[in-house]
Amino acid sequence: MLVLIASPTGFIELILFFAVGAIGALCLRKDDKLANVRSSFFAIVGSLWGTIFSVGALFALNTILFSIGTPVFPLLSVSIAIDKLSAFFILVISLVSLFCSIYGFGYVRHFYGKYSIGALGFFYNIFILGMLVVVSASNALFFLIAWESMSVASYFLVVYDRRDPNNISAGSLYLVMTYIGTACIVLAFLMLYKFTGSFDFTIIKTMMGTIPDWIKNVVFVLAVVGFGTKAGIIPFHGWLPSAHPAAPSHVSALMSGVMIKTGIYMMIRLFLDILSPIPEWWGLSLLIIGSISSLLGVLYALTEHDIKRLLAYHSIENIGIILLGLGAALTFTSLGIHSLALLGLVAALFHTLNHATFKSLLFLSSGSVINQMHTRNMEEYGGLIKYMPQTALFFLVGSMAISALPPFNGFFSEWLTFQTLFQGIASLDFYAKWIFVGAAAVLAFTGGLALACFVKVFSATFLARPRSSEVAHAKEAPFSMRFGMGALAVLSLLLGIYSGHISAVLGYVGRDVSIFHDVPALFLSSEAGRLVVGNFSSVSAPVLFALLLVVLVVTWGVVRFFVYKKQEIHTGITWDCGTDLTPRMEITATGFSRSIISIFKSVLKPSMQHAVEYHDAVSRYLPKTRTVTLGVSDMYRLYLYEPINGFVVRLSRYVKRLQNGIINAYMLYMFVVLLVVLFLAVR
Amino acid sequence: MSFIIWTIQLILVPVLSPLVIGVIRKSKARFQNRRGASILQPYNDVWKLMHKDEIISADASWIFRYAPYIMFAVTLVVGASIPLVASFLKNEYTSDILAIVYMLAIGTFFLALAGIDTGSSFGGFGSSREMTISALAEGGFIFSLLTLALISGSTNLFSISAFIAAPNLLSALPIMLAFLGFFIVLLAETSRFPFDNPATHLELTMIHEAMILEYSGKRLALMEWASANKLLIFISLAINLFFPWGIAQNLSLGAVTFGIVVFAVKVSLFCLVIATIESTIAKLRFFRLPDLLIVSFILNVVAIGLII
Repeated sequence: MLVLIASPTGFIELILFFAVGAIGALCLRKDDKLANVRSSFFAIVGSLWGTIFSVGALFALNTILFSIGTPVFPLLSVSIAIDKLSAFFILVISLVSLFCSIYGFGYVRHFYGKYSIGALGFFYNIFILGMLVVVSASNALFFLIAWESMSVASYFLVVYDRRDPNNISAGSLYLVMTYIGTACIVLAFLMLYKFTGSFDFTIIKTMMGTIPDWIKNVVFVLAVVGFGTKAGIIPFHGWLPSAHPAAPSHVSALMSGVMIKTGIYMMIRLFLDILSPIPEWWGLSLLIIGSISSLLGVLYALTEHDIKRLLAYHSIENIGIILLGLGAALTFTSLGIHSLALLGLVAALFHTLNHATFKSLLFLSSGSVINQMHTRNMEEYGGLIKYMPQTALFFLVGSMAISALPPFNGFFSEWLTFQTLFQGIASLDFYAKWIFVGAAAVLAFTGGLALACFVKVFSATFLARPRSSEVAHAKEAPFSMRFGMGALAVLSLLLGIYSGHISAVLGYVGRDVSIFHDVPALFLSSEAGRLVVGNFSSVSAPVLFALLLVVLVVTWGVVRFFVYKKQEIHTGITWDCGTDLTPRMEITATGFSRSIISIFKSVLKPSMQHAVEYHDAVSRYLPKTRTVTLGVSDMYRLYLYEPINGFVVRLSRYVKRLQNGIINAYMLYMFVVLLVVLFLAVR
Repeated sequence: MSFIIWTIQLILVPVLSPLVIGVIRKSKARFQNRRGASILQPYNDVWKLMHKDEIISADASWIFRYAPYIMFAVTLVVGASIPLVASFLKNEYTSDILAIVYMLAIGTFFLALAGIDTGSSFGGFGSSREMTISALAEGGFIFSLLTLALISGSTNLFSISAFIAAPNLLSALPIMLAFLGFFIVLLAETSRFPFDNPATHLELTMIHEAMILEYSGKRLALMEWASANKLLIFISLAINLFFPWGIAQNLSLGAVTFGIVVFAVKVSLFCLVIATIESTIAKLRFFRLPDLLIVSFILNVVAIGLII
C-alpha cells in the first residue's frame, strides 16, 4: 500500500490533478459556475491526494527518485527527488491548499459575473502545482521553471481584482521584487554550475568539496537575498504587505501560509543539505535576520488597521521565528553539535507547519469578514461576533494560536524555538552566545507584542458596538467557507495537543537530511505525548489541555449550579456616564496600539499631521474642522527601494543615449562589437 | 498519590489568595493610620458578590460572559503547576517556565478582550494599557526565569526551586539581580504600584479596574478572585524560586510542616513589602513605565551575562 502511494506514479497523478483542474477551468471559462466547480473539484481532490501521498512518502523507506522523459536539453532534466523533507513540505502545501480550496469554492462566488472564474481557477491550480514542484525538483533549471510558474501564477492572482488600481501597483512591485530575487537565485546556481559543472542537486552536493569557500559564501548571500525575498525577510519584504492583501483571500492564505515557506524550504535544502559543511557566520547571520524580521514584523503589524496587511506583517514576524530555529540549527551544525542542530531544525519545521495552519485560518476568516463588510479597514468593523459567531470563533482560535497561547499549536513550536535558543545560550562560546541571548529576547518581546496585536485585531473586528452601518447587514459565511475555516481551527488545536508525537515525526524528517543521519542521541524526545528536551525541559500538551478544560468546566459548573442559584441576570446598557452611547466612545484599532507605537517611536517613526480649518481665517479662534492624520513612514521604501529605483532610472537615462535613432551610430556599434569579438577570439 | 497532590495544589492558591489581599490592605491601612478592615474581608467580599444579581451589557458577547471563568481556571492551573510549600512534588507536565508565562498570558488575553467587549471607553483604554505593559513585561518575565533555569540547568520550576535551595555563593549575585527584575514584573503583572493603582476608579490612573468595570455579581467575584490568585502565584514564584530556603524537600511530616510555616511567613513578609511600596511611592506616569520594564529586562540580561 505504502509502496503504491509513495511512488513516482503517485506524484505524477498529483501533478495531473492540478494540471487537469487548471486546463479544465480555462476550457470552461464561459460558464462561471462550471469553471468554479471544475477547478475547485480538482484542487480539492488533488490536495487530498497530495496529503495522502506525502504521508506515504514520509513513512516510505527510500527517497522517491525519478526523472520524466529523456533530457532534450543537456542541462535540463525533469528530475524529481522526494525525500522526507520534500514530503513534509508537500504535506504542508497539500493540507493548507485542501482547506483553502474548500473555502475558495464558496468564496469565489462573489466574483461571478465580475471577473473570469476560469482564469482564477487556472492560475490557482498552476500556483499550487508550481509550489509542489518547487519543493520536489532536484535539478536547478527545472526548479527555476517551477519557481517562475509559481511566481507568475501568484502575480496574476494578486492582480486578479484588477479594478482596484492599488492591486495593480502591488502586483507590479511584487513582480519586480520577485525578479530581483530570482536573478540572485539564478546567479547562485550559475556559480555552483561553474564549479561543479552540473545543475543537478545531488551532483552539486557530491562535488561540494571542490568549491572554494568564498564562492560558497557568495552563494549563501545570493541565496539569502533571493529566497529571503520570497520568504519576506526584512528589508526585502516590501512586496509582501501590499501583495498578500490584494489577492483573493483564499489565495492570500496560500501565499502567506505556504508560498513564502518555499523560500524557507530552499534555505534548508541549500544550507543544511547541499552546501554543507558550512561556516558559523551563516547561522549567526540568519539568527540576526530572523530577530530583526520578527521584531519589526510585529511592530509594523501593530501600526496597521488594514486587516490583511496586518496579517501579512505577522507573516514576516513568523518567518523571522522560523529563521531563528533554522539559524540556530545552522550554527550548531557548523560547530558539530548535531543533536542540538536537529532540535533547531525540528523547531523551524514545526513552526512552518503551525504557521501554515493558523495563518491560513486567519486569512480565510478575515476573508469572510471582508466579504461581508466590503472593506479591509478594521475601523469600520466592530461587533461582528453577533453577526458572524462562527467566523469569530475561528478567528479567535487563529489569534490564540499565533499569539502562542497553549494549548494551541503556535505555543509548542515557539516553545521548541525557545529551547533551542536556551541551549545555545548555555553551550556556545562568547559572541555566538550573545547573539542567541538577543534572539531569545526578541522572541520573548515578539510573543508579548503579538498578543497585544491580536487583542487589537479581534476586539476591533468582532467586539463592542458596530462602527459602521454595514455591520448590521453582515451574515455568516456559507457552509463551504465555514468548513474550510473550522477544519483549520480544529487542526490548530490537534497539532498543539499532539505536539509531542508530531515533533517525534519531525525529528525523523530531520534525520533524513544527510548530515543528521548518524546523530547518536536525540536531544528532543517525546514520551507519552510529552515534549522533552534533554534533562532541561519538558511540557505535556495533552495534560495541559485536559487540565485547562477540566478546571474550566468544573469552575463553570460549580459557580453556575452550586453557588447561590437564585441569582438573576439582567441585561442593561454599558455605563455611559449620562450621555448617549455612540461607537465613537469605543477604542479604535489605531487608538489601541497608539501607546505601543509611541513607545517604539524611534523605530517606527510615526507621523502626525494636524490640519485645522477656522471659521474666521484671520482671528483663528474658532476651528471649524480639525483633522489629524496618523501614519507610519515606510522607511524601507524611503531609504532603500526609492534610492535603488532612482539609481536604476538614472542609469537607464545614460544607457538611453546610446539608442539615439541614427542608423550610422548603430552600424558603428556593430562594427565595434565585431572588432572586440574578433580580438577576443584571435587572442 | 499524584492525584491528591494535584488536588491540594489546585485548591491551595484560591483558598489562600483572598487572605493575601486582606493582609496587604490591612498593612496599607495601618500605614495610613487607619485600623482598616479585617484581613478576612476579601473572603466576605467574594461571598457577598456571589449572592448578588448581575447586570450584563447588551453589547457584550460570550467573550465577556466566559472570560471570568477562563481567567479563574487559568490561575488555578498555573497555581497547581508551581512550587508552593514543597519542591519535591515535581510535575514534568505543566511546570515549565514558558508554559507558566504563556498560560498566564491566556488570562491577560481574555481579560483584555472582555474589557473591550462592552464598548465602554474605560474598558478600551484599560485593555490598551494592560496589553502595552504586559507586552513589555514579557521580556523581563521570561528572562528572569531563564536566569534561574540557566543556573539550575532545568526549566522545571520544582527543579529550579530545589536547586536554588542549596546555598551557593557563586550564583547569589545573578539571583539577586534576576529577583529585582522579576519583582518589577511582579508589580506590573499584578497591577500594583507604580504601574497601577488597585484602589482607585479614576480614569486617569486605572488599568486593571478599568477592564473589569462592567462586571458585577458572580463574574466580578471571579475576576477579583482570579487577580488575587495571580498575585499569590507571583508572590509564590518570587519566594520559592529566588528564596526557596526552608521549602519542603521531602515527604516527611516535619519538613512539610516547616515548609508550610516558612511559606506563610515569607508570603506575609512579601505582602508587607508590597504594602510598604504602595504606601511610600507614587504611581508613575504611564509613559515612564516602559523605562522601568526595560530596567527589569536589562537587570536580567546582566544576570545572564554573569552566569554564562
